[in-house]
Amino acid sequence: MYWEKDIETINRDDLKKLQSERIKKTMVQAKKTSYYRDLFQEQHIDPDTIQTPEDLRMIPPTTKENLRSGFPFGFLATSLDEVVRLHSSSGTTGTPTVIYHTAEDLVNWTNLLARSLYMVGMRKSDTFQNMMSYGLFTGGLGMHYGGEKIGALVIPIGAGNSKRQIWFLKNFKTTVIHIIPSYALLLSNLIKNEDLDPKKDLNLRIILLGAEPHSEETRKRVEELYGAKAFNSYGLSEMNGPGVAFECPFQNGSHLWEDAYVLEILNPKTMEPCAPGELGEIVLTSIDRKATPIIRYQTKDLAYLIDGPCPCGRTHSRISRIQGRTDDMFIYHGVNIFPIQVEKVLMNNPEVGSNYRIVLERQDYRDTMKVEVEIKSELFFGELQKLERLRERIQAELRSETLVTPEVALLEPETLPTSEGKAQRVFDNRQL
Amino acid sequence: MAHQISVFAENKPGRIEKITRLFWKEKVNIRAITISSANGFGVIKVLVDQPQKAFDALRAEGLPVYQQEVIAISMDDQPGELYKVARVLSENNINIEDSYGFVVKNREKAVLVLQVESQPQTQSILEKNGFQLLTDEEIYQY
Repeated sequence: MYWEKDIETINRDDLKKLQSERIKKTMVQAKKTSYYRDLFQEQHIDPDTIQTPEDLRMIPPTTKENLRSGFPFGFLATSLDEVVRLHSSSGTTGTPTVIYHTAEDLVNWTNLLARSLYMVGMRKSDTFQNMMSYGLFTGGLGMHYGGEKIGALVIPIGAGNSKRQIWFLKNFKTTVIHIIPSYALLLSNLIKNEDLDPKKDLNLRIILLGAEPHSEETRKRVEELYGAKAFNSYGLSEMNGPGVAFECPFQNGSHLWEDAYVLEILNPKTMEPCAPGELGEIVLTSIDRKATPIIRYQTKDLAYLIDGPCPCGRTHSRISRIQGRTDDMFIYHGVNIFPIQVEKVLMNNPEVGSNYRIVLERQDYRDTMKVEVEIKSELFFGELQKLERLRERIQAELRSETLVTPEVALLEPETLPTSEGKAQRVFDNRQL
Repeated sequence: MAHQISVFAENKPGRIEKITRLFWKEKVNIRAITISSANGFGVIKVLVDQPQKAFDALRAEGLPVYQQEVIAISMDDQPGELYKVARVLSENNINIEDSYGFVVKNREKAVLVLQVESQPQTQSILEKNGFQLLTDEEIYQY
């Protein structure tokens, strides 16, 4: 049941001791980077006095912009000789962020993934088709090595090429997949187009959903479509990649591996810690990585802490699903809205498909918000009134979910662009 | 029994063109067509000589399409004919969900298409009242 029982069920006091030891080691590494050396000097912080998770709060958070400004070597704490790999997230605004790993760093990261995969039930008898892109993106290689560590047969197929994916799923009787949730929904249609029933003709039992925040409704739909259990995988390249937090079989929040990361959930305005249940930004410190220590990284991911012990026996804190990003949030008529809220409503209406788009326009100083969604051919029964009622129902549900009333457009199937990667949902055409 | 094909379409230029081009390619003849629309989308209903063929062709195009039985009543093209039908429906408390009519054979005959909730029941009521109901083939024999 446990990959490492001692660590996974460690009591909270011992966990704090372990974290404190690792924080001290991390400070030794941080001092060697030009970015933190300058920061400590500027802020008059003596890193030797930072010894516990609470002490970390004396250090200002690190942002994505800080990481970019440190390109290429500002966060490197070892000599390049010790570095065996780098991962990089391109970002859309130009300068990439780079994370370096020593051989030991990679062993530690791989172990976190093996722990996560073992937790959701993956064993060496499994065949694991890893549908994330390999290369600089961490989702591919990270999960790959975790699967190998467990001893599963790993198929490093990478992202895209749906026909080939389906061929492998069928011919190798794949039992576990790692997939982006929006692609999981799309792929099930493509599987049906090949006259295969994803439930009966495939052997899937575990689906790892990663790289994209998604709703509980999306998970349920994926589970129904494939007849398999789906688990939420949380990670970000700045914190290695996948394996930061992972759902256990109880599927009620994700355990964040606190032996490797110090977790804070902070109110984005005050930067004060949030109480359990209170939504805030996830802020993480890597404490088990030598080459690229990152202290108090602002993830821009919004989640809340789930209180109380987990029935699985693991003591590592549980975080909720990502409820939104501080940066894909948009404001309409003064209301903060996250695409995930729209997604939740659409998923509850089986007459519409899973692909959708939110378009924001400004005409004559008036903003409009339009939710475009495709109707499903097999649930069309010929009547305009029924469609109109469906449209009105979706609109009313969106109103109660978001507090604003968007327009809802029902589109013909397969008219919205599909994506094999992260789907862009919000198209904000308003000129400020 | 006659068969009606309904197609969902977004309300934008070229939708009718796409559907009718498909019918032309498949050599499907249209006897009647109605379009209703609301809030950016619409439903196009057609009565054609080969409903199954039309249905298959539209579906192959990926369009949301639905085939259903409707009642097609043969009437003489003269005053009072529609009233006769309406009276029977009213007396039997039958509500019309959708309906359209067209004239055939150089103004001698007309056809009224009816969509009601209780299709078989309505059909037998109309037949009992002496109305002639048409099949797909019969619509085209006119």
